[in-house]
Amino acid sequence: MAEITLQDIIKPENLVYQKTKLMTDKTLSYCPGCGHGTAHRLIMEVIEELGKENDTIGVAPVGCSVLAYEFMNVDMQEAAHGRAPAVATAIKRLWPGKVVFSYQGDGDLAAIGTAETIHACNRGERIVMVFINNGIYGMTGGQMAPTTLPNMKTATSPYGRDIDMMGNPLKMTELVSYLPGTYFVTRQAVHTPAAVRKAKRALRMAFQNQIDGKPGVSFVEIVSNCNSGWKMEPVQANTWMEENMFPFYQLGDIKVDGKLIDR
Amino acid sequence: MGELRLMKGNEALAEAAIRAGVDGYFGYPITPQSEVIEYLMSEKPHERTGMVVLQAESEVASINMLYGGGGTGKKVMTSSSSPGISLMQEGLSYLAGAEIPCVVANVVRGGPGLGDIQPAQSDYFQSVKGGGHGDYRLFVIAPASVQEMSDFVPLAFDVAFKYRIPSLIVSDGLIGQMMEKVELFDPIPRLTDEEVIARYPWATNGKPKGKERRILTSLDLDPHKMERHNWALQEKYKLIEENETRFELIGCDDADYIIVAYGSSSRIAQKSIQLAREKGIKVGLLRLITLWPFPKKPIEEFVNKGIKGFLTVEMSAGQMIEDVKLVVESRAKVEHFGRYGGVIHSPEEVLEALEQKLIGG
Repeated sequence: MAEITLQDIIKPENLVYQKTKLMTDKTLSYCPGCGHGTAHRLIMEVIEELGKENDTIGVAPVGCSVLAYEFMNVDMQEAAHGRAPAVATAIKRLWPGKVVFSYQGDGDLAAIGTAETIHACNRGERIVMVFINNGIYGMTGGQMAPTTLPNMKTATSPYGRDIDMMGNPLKMTELVSYLPGTYFVTRQAVHTPAAVRKAKRALRMAFQNQIDGKPGVSFVEIVSNCNSGWKMEPVQANTWMEENMFPFYQLGDIKVDGKLIDR
Repeated sequence: MGELRLMKGNEALAEAAIRAGVDGYFGYPITPQSEVIEYLMSEKPHERTGMVVLQAESEVASINMLYGGGGTGKKVMTSSSSPGISLMQEGLSYLAGAEIPCVVANVVRGGPGLGDIQPAQSDYFQSVKGGGHGDYRLFVIAPASVQEMSDFVPLAFDVAFKYRIPSLIVSDGLIGQMMEKVELFDPIPRLTDEEVIARYPWATNGKPKGKERRILTSLDLDPHKMERHNWALQEKYKLIEENETRFELIGCDDADYIIVAYGSSSRIAQKSIQLAREKGIKVGLLRLITLWPFPKKPIEEFVNKGIKGFLTVEMSAGQMIEDVKLVVESRAKVEHFGRYGGVIHSPEEVLEALEQKLIGG
């Protein structure tokens, strides 16, 4: 029997997975183990599969994903810190036939940009808002975020988040789900193959809602790890996330087709 | 002759926005310019021209909506008054950095802080020196009449798109609130989506088939690339200084003294130079139309002609005077007069100041 070479395997009919052409070849700036890269890829795969690569405008935030536009191979705008929902609002209002999404972290969306987030959601802008929640400010070196869990240690809560002194973590996704302007609100994760598949389904539904002209924001939170900020190894960070983040930030759909899910 | 109407300055600005083919206005109410968005909402511009008008949750949101909308190549505009314009400074810096065209109108009121709601010109520094962070300029133009509140809207857009720079129309509560006759220009049709796509290849409105996608950002982590970007901006600003400086000379041919003023103060000063001439004092008026680029040339020429002195008249504690002094370089006397904090000077007060500070002094 002849030896099987690599050339025998690399054939179109054997192809089971391919990197989406909507991800550039640039090396991701994220730490090894971080969920951002997976989240980027899923969004781009969904846009490619929906055939919208020439009709999409993305808005990048300030934070770890400030350079998202380097990796996402569609027309992109880089917004000021927290302002992506306002930027996306105007793009969609002026180009209602295009697909518009914003991509923000928790510092961007849930702290400095709280007003823009709440009001874009409340106005019912027909955009997709992707929210990456890792409970910490990654880019600036691991400071406390509005989403930091009680007693969680960060650079600005070195003895743990003291609720009396530093306030409570903010469940932004639940909050926006109560606004009449949100159409689809869900919380997902990308740390296991099963979670990735679910997250992709959620993202596809979010973008499909927009394409179908459904009234309101489709809001997708992705609870992600920050192994560097949490000062853990990637696998350890994922376990910690499952044990600590998920009980507080419960995964699953919160609002579908404009109706709150009984959870 | 265009359509004649008696209008408030703020209404003229709003009507001009519709007629200039603006695609989107994003604003937040603040006295003394709330008539702009009120007029726009009542005119239903979405029916007249297809223009989008949206009341944002804040001036911070408004200016970032300009970033998003302007970044797609559409004509976008906002207006506010001093405290609101302060909130927009971050956004203006980003717009300048990412080279996104747009028009912002400031109907200035007394400050600092909440100040009051009366006319002032105390936002000059903020307008021309870069109210936000970084080395950037805005094209800053100052109407002195309700007519110019209308005329300067299309002009501000022309410059904004020609150079990919935010334009700032700086008026004040006096011009915003007063009613005057205005001849409205004929409507300029809004560009179609196809025209926008063809005309502005830098705009992010969906990656064209078979071409590279576009990115609009003010960020580059490589300092050498950022320096090159800054050099390019400075080259552009030099070009704007050469091509877009505007001013008006009134009664300057035989003048011994020159009043330098803009906007409302230039209207008041016109009366002052008339009163001066009745007393035999030869005074001319250099009216600044663009505040940036600053009209250096006429001042240089006055100095070379041996003018006896300049009086800057502004409704501020003396801001524009610094730019006059930079040109004069101690070769002639330069004095300031102005009431401020919302108080408007009278023509007589201006003349008195001129006599005391330049002639008597």
